[in-house]
Amino acid sequence: MDTELDVERLRHDFPALSLKRKGQPIVYLDNAATSHKPLCVIEAENRFYRTQNANVHRGIHYLSEVATEAYEEARKRIQRFLGIPLSCETIFTRGTTEGINLVANSYGRKFVNEGDEIVISAMEHHSNIVPWQMVRDERKAKLRVIPMNDQGELLIDEYEKMLNDRTKIVAVTYVSNALGTINPIRMMADMAHKRGIPILVDGAQAVPHLPINVAELGCDFFVCSGHKMFGPTGIGVMYGKAEWLNKLPPYQGGGDMILNVTFDKTAFASLPYKFEAGTPNIAGVVALGTAVDYLQSIGMDKIAAYEHELTEYGTKLLEPIEGLKLIGTAKAKAGVLAFVLENAHPHDIGQILDDCGVAIRAGHHCAQPVMQRFGVPATARASLAFYNTKQELDALAEAVMKVKKVFD
Amino acid sequence: MPENRALYEQVILEHNKKPRNFRDMPEASCKSEGYNPLCGDHFTIYVKVNGDIIEDVSFMGAGCAISKSSASVMTTLLKGKTRKEAEALFVKFHGMVTASPEADIDENDLGRLSVFAGVREFPVRIKCATLAWHSMLAALDGKDAPVTTESDPS
Repeated sequence: MDTELDVERLRHDFPALSLKRKGQPIVYLDNAATSHKPLCVIEAENRFYRTQNANVHRGIHYLSEVATEAYEEARKRIQRFLGIPLSCETIFTRGTTEGINLVANSYGRKFVNEGDEIVISAMEHHSNIVPWQMVRDERKAKLRVIPMNDQGELLIDEYEKMLNDRTKIVAVTYVSNALGTINPIRMMADMAHKRGIPILVDGAQAVPHLPINVAELGCDFFVCSGHKMFGPTGIGVMYGKAEWLNKLPPYQGGGDMILNVTFDKTAFASLPYKFEAGTPNIAGVVALGTAVDYLQSIGMDKIAAYEHELTEYGTKLLEPIEGLKLIGTAKAKAGVLAFVLENAHPHDIGQILDDCGVAIRAGHHCAQPVMQRFGVPATARASLAFYNTKQELDALAEAVMKVKKVFD
Repeated sequence: MPENRALYEQVILEHNKKPRNFRDMPEASCKSEGYNPLCGDHFTIYVKVNGDIIEDVSFMGAGCAISKSSASVMTTLLKGKTRKEAEALFVKFHGMVTASPEADIDENDLGRLSVFAGVREFPVRIKCATLAWHSMLAALDGKDAPVTTESDPS
């Protein structure tokens, strides 16, 4: 073993990893789309419904107290896992997309005016483009895009030049879902803060792969999704600095986010409840709490080191294949191997890989501007998690050779 | 009829490599763009009509082997046909690719189109196979709006 991670043992924690198709195991390399769940997470959700089920924050009866405690306990564990200073800064959402929409909507309505500028990057997922375009159009603002080089690295000098007195917010991804690039968030946050500009970080593709501490990253807002970090679907986290969250209007109105309602006037609840309208995904929060415990028990630094090794191994396997071009070759890169082949469209690559029992994603990965930047209609993308192995990458490379046999 | 027909029949691979009528047509009487927003496939279909007869068909764009070869095969079948005949051919083709994998294929009736029978095993690829046809019909209808695979069931 050249790593401290006992991957074979960890693989047993994931029921979906033993799924078979046509008698052969499924090599799951689509982790950037969603990750598999360990049994403890599946059981936590199940256990909640069996033994703790009630609505939260209405606690007059025993079960409601139990549910509320489980919910708020999970909030604290998730807060610590992400390095969030205060538990009231830890807001539950449906996922990264809703987190970004929340900030874009609330912040935009309050702080973005005609002629103001919003800065995003050339490698954003559609969920960190479209909400800001909506703000731009509604508030008559401008959207500015940080360019990148041919390796898929942001041009930080250009970014710094872009910032000015009209810049109202920077929204950028920590790790690119289409390229794997890891962006220098701390540096970018410092540059923004020098001018008093807040920065939102899309952490969806970072949290499952890197140790995260939002305070150290220096971001003002941070969003991520439970289902990409070995937790359930339909639950996400939004961190916002309390000083900002207190200034922002609520995103959705409803139950649980109020202090007092009359037909004349409503007083809103304090943080975090002001941003959690309606009955939350209680079981999802509880299970996400279990997921972060699980990740912590392994150690994010170990996970990052092992995945780095895997990524290098995969790169060395794929790079020499004739007619194959890797899209996204940044020096700082997470476990995303996106590529095109000279004679086969990504969709056909995906189809034949599937036939070989290798699950990848083919398409534009909700990052069409990235495809346009690299002049490709789509890419085939293998994306890794800590439970993947070198043997699985061998299977990927072997399947790619099969594609070439059909199409070359 | 062997079961489990291959998706990538030789004919399909060959049309993918060397698509027929893969060209612009400045003199086209009508054209239409077809998109598959889910995967980024994008074709423009050009049709030249003389009275009720389709005189020429060509296409441009990029997409997977299924969508590209389907467009290519389509262009080879439509020249000299009336609009009604083109529609009838599409109904047949559509019926075949959306049938159950066990259904019989009447190769005499379908001719060259029967190479796409493998699509029945991969419902996800039906949209790839029918994209060019939908665009061709939209062109004949004189619809300016781009066709997308998401605007109808298949």
